Amino acid sequence: MLLIQAVLVIFFLYAIIKVVGRFQARELALGWVILWVSFWIAAGVIVLLPNSTFYMARLVGIGRGADLVVYVALVIIFFSLFRLLLQVEKLKKEITILTRAAALEDKNKKV
Amino acid sequence: MVCIIVPAYNEGENIGRVVRGLFEQGWRDVVVVDDGSTDSTATTAREAGATVLVHALNRGQGAALQTGNEYALQEGASYAVHFDGDGQFNPRDIAPALRLIEQENLDIVLGSRLLDNRSRVPWLKRYVILPIGRWINFVFTGLWLSDAHNGFRVISRRALAKIVITEDHMAHNTEITAAIKTHGLRFKEVSVEVTYHEMGQGIAGGLKIISDLVMHKLTR
Repeated sequence: MLLIQAVLVIFFLYAIIKVVGRFQARELALGWVILWVSFWIAAGVIVLLPNSTFYMARLVGIGRGADLVVYVALVIIFFSLFRLLLQVEKLKKEITILTRAAALEDKNKKV
Repeated sequence: MVCIIVPAYNEGENIGRVVRGLFEQGWRDVVVVDDGSTDSTATTAREAGATVLVHALNRGQGAALQTGNEYALQEGASYAVHFDGDGQFNPRDIAPALRLIEQENLDIVLGSRLLDNRSRVPWLKRYVILPIGRWINFVFTGLWLSDAHNGFRVISRRALAKIVITEDHMAHNTEITAAIKTHGLRFKEVSVEVTYHEMGQGIAGGLKIISDLVMHKLTR
């Protein structure tokens, strides 16, 4: 086994332990746990058996397995960023609504 | 009742003068929306006699104006006036604008610093920045205004109920113009005087407005 494989696999295991920990602390819903655990397991499989991606890559018409991994990762990252951005915008609007409600409420109390 | 809404963020040095100026012109209902200032804005405004609404966090001028609008509606105001807290506006401009909105039964009157020569608009602003703002405003709203980015407005109760500002920062101005178009509100521009202390928002501020508008269209 190459050193990089060992390091990555240890990191993935650590990530899975963290995910399960969040679940036990009731901070993460079961759906997300399944998603993240399968994600890290898939990452582990790809790291340990890099050639496994070759078949998938050929199936969709990409030459190298590593390229497929990079493409898929980029799509996931950008989509997640977009989702996060939307959520941040929504949170900002909600903070404004709360701030406004508090400001008007304070006024009503004083009068 | 005419509710004068003054949004203010860290205007401790100007707000007292602004509020007193409004009272001197005979306006009774002056509401300062302190947008999470870290200086003495709220206390100074209260001492000057204004009603003060306090945002615990800084949410931007658009957010402050919407808070003022909702307060005006809640208090039963027949008209709301938007009046900047930095002392750039002349309180004498309010009465003529109100006469205009009442006499012509309009929904909203927008201030313009370009209808006469009272405002000494800096050269760069008059010939470069404002024309660009005018075009951007037109592209986003389809409404052609002589001064698309002026914080002076008189709004009828009917229009207040229809215009809901969701742009927390400076793009609220374009949002209001868009609401005029969408709801078919009857409006006119009125000349107001703007005294320049400094440049205003600058180029960076302008770019921020455009990015806010684009983000808004995307996230809607």
